[in-house]
Parts: sequence; C-alpha cells; structure tokens
Amino acid sequence: MSTTTDATVPMVELRGVHKWFGDAHVLRGIDLVVPKGTVCVVLGPSGSGKSTALRCINQLEEIGAGRVILNGELMGYREGVRGGRPTLYRLHPKAIAHQRAEVGMVFQRFNLFPHMTALGNVVEAQVQVLRRGKDEARSRAVDMLRRVGLDDRMEHYPAQLSGGQQQRVAIARALAMDPELMLFDEPTSALDPELVGEVLAVMRDLAASGMTMIVVTHEIGFAREVADQVVFMADGVVVEQGTPDEVLGSPREARTRDFLSRVL
Amino acid sequence: MSSPTGSDATTPGREPERIHAVPVRYPGRWVAAAVVAVIAAMAVHGLITNPRFAWPTVGKYLFATPVLQGVLWTLALTVGSMVIAVVLAVLLAVMRGSDNPVTRAVSWFYIWVFRGTPIYTQLVFWGLISVLYPKISLGVPFGPEWLSFTTKDLVTAFRGALLGLALNEAAYLAEIVRAGLQSVDRGQHEAARALGMKEGTILRRVVLPQAMRVIVPPTGNETISMLKTTSLVLAVPFTLDLNYATSAVGNRIFQPVPLLIVAAFWYLLVTSVLMVGQYYLERYYGRGFDVHKVNAGPQGPRRGRAARQAAINAAHTTPEPTPLDEMGGGLHNPGGVQ
Repeated sequence: MSTTTDATVPMVELRGVHKWFGDAHVLRGIDLVVPKGTVCVVLGPSGSGKSTALRCINQLEEIGAGRVILNGELMGYREGVRGGRPTLYRLHPKAIAHQRAEVGMVFQRFNLFPHMTALGNVVEAQVQVLRRGKDEARSRAVDMLRRVGLDDRMEHYPAQLSGGQQQRVAIARALAMDPELMLFDEPTSALDPELVGEVLAVMRDLAASGMTMIVVTHEIGFAREVADQVVFMADGVVVEQGTPDEVLGSPREARTRDFLSRVL
Repeated sequence: MSSPTGSDATTPGREPERIHAVPVRYPGRWVAAAVVAVIAAMAVHGLITNPRFAWPTVGKYLFATPVLQGVLWTLALTVGSMVIAVVLAVLLAVMRGSDNPVTRAVSWFYIWVFRGTPIYTQLVFWGLISVLYPKISLGVPFGPEWLSFTTKDLVTAFRGALLGLALNEAAYLAEIVRAGLQSVDRGQHEAARALGMKEGTILRRVVLPQAMRVIVPPTGNETISMLKTTSLVLAVPFTLDLNYATSAVGNRIFQPVPLLIVAAFWYLLVTSVLMVGQYYLERYYGRGFDVHKVNAGPQGPRRGRAARQAAINAAHTTPEPTPLDEMGGGLHNPGGVQ
C-alpha cells in the first residue's frame, strides 16, 4: 500500500470519472477533491448520479473512464507499460477487496446481516478481513457500539432494532474497520422522521472527531452545519461546488437554485 | 393526561371493564367432527377385523432382523446420499452463478443430464459401470498410469446405489440452492463487499447462512422423498434395503400384504423422525428472522412463519423511538475510542 499520511495529499480525488450502464451515460466527467479531515456533502435530484459517484469511489461500480485516487493510490487498477505504452491493468478482485477495506460505507437500507446480532455484525469483518482475534474484535466492537450509543442493544438481532438503531449499528460496523474515509449513501432516507435525528447526531459527532466523510443526503440542515464543501450534481455532472454558504446561501446556477427552492 | 371525552377507559387508576362476550357458535364444526369420527372408527374397525391383513404376521415381522437391518440400510442410503448431494449441489449452484463461463456450462450440463434421465436408468447404469469400465486408473491423461483399481471392488452394490442416488439428487438440490442464493437481498452482498470481504467469505458467512432459510424446507421434502426413492436401488442391484427386505420375506411366506404394512410402518416412522430434525434445522436458520418484536429476549427467538414474515416486514421501519437523552449519553461517553 502506498498510502500516506501527508496532509497535502487529498483523501479522495476523482479525475474526469465517467460511468455507463449499457447505453445510459450516468456520470459525465466528475472532478472532485476531498481533503483529509473534511466533510463533503453531495446534493442533487434523484437520478443525478450522486449515489453512483459514491459507489465508484470504493469500486462497487467499475468506472468507464477517468481515475479514482484514494490517499494517493489508484483505485481498481495498476499502472504499467505494455508494448512501450502506459497501460492500466485491472486489479485482481482480492486486491480490490483489500482497497475497499480502507473505505467505510453506510447504505440507505442499512444492509445489516440479519442472521447476526448487532455485536456479531460489528465483529464479523474485523475477523474475516482484518484477521483480528476474537477478543480484540469483540472489545473493539463494544467500543464502537458504545460510541453510537447502543451498548445496551449488542445482543439484539437487526429485526429487533428500530431503523435508527440499525443505521447506527451499520455506522459502528464500518467504523470498527478503522477506515480512512466514510461514505454515506442517503443514510437517513429510509428512516421514519423521528429517527433521523439520532443518526445525524452520530454523524455530526464523527465529523467533529476529524473523520473524512462524503455524504449523499437530502438533509440541507446537516449540510449547512457540518459540511466543509457542498457539491451539487445534476444529470451526471457537478453543477456547482463550494462552501455551504456559497452553494446553499447564494447559488450561482439556476439549476441549483431551482433544486434548493424545492427541498427547502 | 385525561382524554378530552373523559371516558372511564382512559381515567388513570381504574381498570377498564374487559369485554366478556358470548362467542359465536359454529354448529357445523360439531357435525363435521361427528362425521369424521364415525368414518375413522369404521376405517379402524375394518382394518382390525379384516383377517386378510394378517395382523399377527405383521407383529411377528415388525421387529424381525432382516426388517430392522433393512431400516438401517435404507437410513444409511438416505442420509449418505443426501449429505453427498447437498455438498455437490452447493458446488453446482455456485458454479452456475459464477462469472466463469466454463464452470457455468459444466454445471448446466450436469443438471441437464442428471435431471433429464430417470433415476432408475441411472441406477442401472451405476450397476453396470464395472462391465463398462472394468478398470479405473489414476495417471496422466492419455499417458502413464500410477494407480489402478478393479471397478468391481471399488464400486460395490452399496456404493453404486449411494452414488446413483446422490448424483441424481444433487441436480435437483442444485436448483433449490440456486433459488436460495438468489433469494438473499443484493444489499447483503454489497454491504459485505464494501467491508472488504472476498467472494468466498461473502458466500460462506453472509449469503449461504441466509439462503439456508429458503433451502431447508424443500430439502427436507427432498430427504423424505429420497427415503422412498431408496426402494429403487434394486436396479443396481442392491437388495438389503427396507423395501426389498420386506417384499422378499412377503414372497417367501406367500403373504405380501402384512409385510407391506411392516414396510409402510417403518417408512412412516423414519419420515416422522426426519420431520422433527427439519423443525430444528428451520429454527436454527430462522434466527434473526423469527424474532418477535414484543417479547423477544435476545436469546429466545420465536418460531412461526407469520412471525417471521412480520419481522422481515418490520425490519426497516420498526417505530420504536429511542429517547434522545439515552443516545446523547452514549455519544459523548468517554469510554468511546478516539
């Protein structure tokens, strides 16, 4: 791993990323830089490609053109030379899995493992991927569940937890892997309104601790309060980006203004 | 807070008056019960008093040595072939869902052949294998041989029967396993990938345990079906199983009917035992799905299809707001790492 702790190297860099699903051209050249320790909130109407962009970062989707660079390391490919010309070699799935382990991801529908308890969910990947011992993984899981306020729900199965509690377990599960970057894909969209607050509180706490985060959300209040950078996407391109004050306070583009007037 | 209407039911400190209504009567149920009871009594009476069933002979042979040995051989064939078939079926199902076109084609071809030909034909074939291939040897293809066996010693009648039953069953089970794997939500695979798990780990730890919930009930069905399919092994020919053993005795003493009853009794008994086993397997793989919201202790998952469905439906939207102060206490807990 050529990862680095140099603070000048951005945590994530997307350079001209394109993505096609068959004939559908869903990402049309995304450029984005997320510095270490910052929070980037991605806004946009549904179908704008924001979730796809997020999934391209940890290679859940294979990109069609461009580069995704995580902490100075090219994701999904190795640069080499073939026939005297610079060429990309696709990495073996195991190597990609290794790269993914450095990025935590939280999904809209939680995707907890229903056959494992909350504790089991947080322990599992630590043991299977990081090869931590049972005891170490367990104590780390307990710490993480305490951090999201669920140390009294450790032996519960996901079906016994509320949506907000499930999403907090999902956050704990990702954090237990010691990720350098956390991706949130509409983490509160599937929640009942009264449960949104508890999840946002955990995310706010996480941002305050210095975690680098990219958050796809419709929670404008969260963006205004927590984001260092707000990105507005539509039709597979970044329409506008800047500080929350710039993008949310005085948007330059008509499409941004139109979107904000409808969600606020 | 008293309700604006001030009704008794909501006044604190006073128990609401419970309804003790007279339940609806269903006289039709009593009539049906009487009819069934009469028919059942007639049937039992007819069975007991009809001398052609030869009940004393049934009693004499129920626990006879060849019969009991037949039960054991039948059990061995059933359990043995099912175990081999399940392992093979998982392999075939994974191959079928693989990215690799070669393994996909091999799996498809296997299922096509073994599901598309009668089990009886296959069993005859395994019986004839030593005639078709008198010697089996290990070595370099088209080259030198290192080890060789006489097929007749390697594939005995029992092994031929076991192999024939297992290879046939695997083709059916592979489709059941495939359906099970497909029933698991895509998001599970995705979440596991995002955590950095490799495909093999995802299958073993995440997808297969959840697929088992779908796989176990039809596999129980297949096992019970297999119990009776073992009666076809005389095609190999293997002649120690329950069906052959009882009919042999029946033919020898010229009384086939009582021995058929003996066979039916044992098949039914073993089926019942297998059903109990299936109950516990289903309960084990239903954990996390069978949980009852209301009174679920973390270690006491409850059973029942309706409860399971309710739990799945409720999984994403259970309205149980957590008090915010409880949460805040956790959030700023100094025991938390970082």
